[in-house]
Amino acid sequence: MNTDRPPPSIPPVTEADLHAFVDGRLPAERQVEIAAYLAARPEDAQRLEAYRAQKRELHALFDPVLDEQPPQRLLKSARPRAVPQTPWYLQRLAAGIAIAVISGATGWGLRGGLPAGGDDAGRMAAAAPAERGLTLVSAGGFAQRAAVAHAVYSPDTRRPVEVDAAHEDQLVAWLSKRMGAPMKPPHLQAQGYTLEGGRLLPGGQGPVAQFMYRNELGSKLTLYVSNDVADVGSAAGPGAATKPGAKNTDTAFRFAREGTVNVFYWVDGPFGYALSSDADRSVLAQVSAEVYRQLGAPR
Amino acid sequence: MQDDASLLSWVPRLRRYSRALVNNRDDADDLVQDTLERAWAKSSLWGEVADMRAWLFSIMHNLHVDGVRRPRLHTVTMDDDTPEVPVAPTQGDRLAVMDLQAALDLMPAEQKQVLLLVALEDMAYADVAQALGIPIGTVMSRLSRGRERLRSLMEGREGRAEPARLKVVK
Repeated sequence: MNTDRPPPSIPPVTEADLHAFVDGRLPAERQVEIAAYLAARPEDAQRLEAYRAQKRELHALFDPVLDEQPPQRLLKSARPRAVPQTPWYLQRLAAGIAIAVISGATGWGLRGGLPAGGDDAGRMAAAAPAERGLTLVSAGGFAQRAAVAHAVYSPDTRRPVEVDAAHEDQLVAWLSKRMGAPMKPPHLQAQGYTLEGGRLLPGGQGPVAQFMYRNELGSKLTLYVSNDVADVGSAAGPGAATKPGAKNTDTAFRFAREGTVNVFYWVDGPFGYALSSDADRSVLAQVSAEVYRQLGAPR
Repeated sequence: MQDDASLLSWVPRLRRYSRALVNNRDDADDLVQDTLERAWAKSSLWGEVADMRAWLFSIMHNLHVDGVRRPRLHTVTMDDDTPEVPVAPTQGDRLAVMDLQAALDLMPAEQKQVLLLVALEDMAYADVAQALGIPIGTVMSRLSRGRERLRSLMEGREGRAEPARLKVVK
């Protein structure tokens, strides 16, 4: 194509000229010259027509995006007030690492039954040998995952939940379908907590549902529900009341502490539940009892 | 100096380019969000930015190329902002659309970026060079190769033979 000798009257036509012709980037005079050049070269003309068709098809395919209503999160990010000190995903990551480091360094407490004393469990675990701490961490996948999920999502002001409470029916239908079992969030207004919404997360073996609540003061509480018995069963590590392999009929509450997050968790039939919050464990114990009453009561 | 409204005004175009580049709604919007946040983090530089569009696209390009993608749990968005069912095209449209999207996915990234900035964003070649941080000659050669690559992908997929291109090897 470029090796063809152009008519002496016009400057040589380059490949760049041909693209500029397609893109309408040439002066009018040059545009006419190229058109004349192409008239004698049908193969090039056909090629350039294909390039024009590409432009039309790209616009047809992607221009509708221009008319879409952008997601709220993008509109917020476009406004100056939304600028975080560090990107939000790094904040999330940092929170997750902090939790992992804290739990790796100190281990975490496991206690059978409802609480009888303050934060002894956490302190005792902190004082335990490193080997024991690591064992406990590996045994406590379920409660730890619940605590990390709480630490990651509850501080998120932009997207704390995936489906909000205004669409609770949609949330219930979606999570029930994905979990393969009815998933209905308990109502905790009497305890001062209002449902914010929920999301689906990966658990140890499969999907896990997370419901998020907040109280008037902005304190968050998350309920983490797994229907994988093996997943929860492994949480009943040393120090827990349940024997490995035992049927999950033991509904004793267990307590764990991950950094600043308190976790109550229990197994009830095919479900494992973990309730996480920064709130005092006495508050958490009350709410756990209510959740248990609503969701896990013997039928 | 840009005010907040002008950064808002870039969102639709950034989304269009990102969608064509990434071809996944959530990932594309993540890329736009990262771009906006990076742009705000560098807002002290705005006074020196001559061409806001080229600057924003260069941020997006760098984020895309560097693979600075945030680590995250993969979740599928389901909220008011994301209608579950896109507008259903007619049968004929759908075939053409799938062809173009599939072909874009098969293109080398550096050719696709140049092609999209020129053909979809209607950016001048010099602005493309600035946005991508490459010489204008490289822009032209990538554009040429990208267009030809897309053409061969589209035509190969649609099964259109080109007898004129078959030559006997002597």
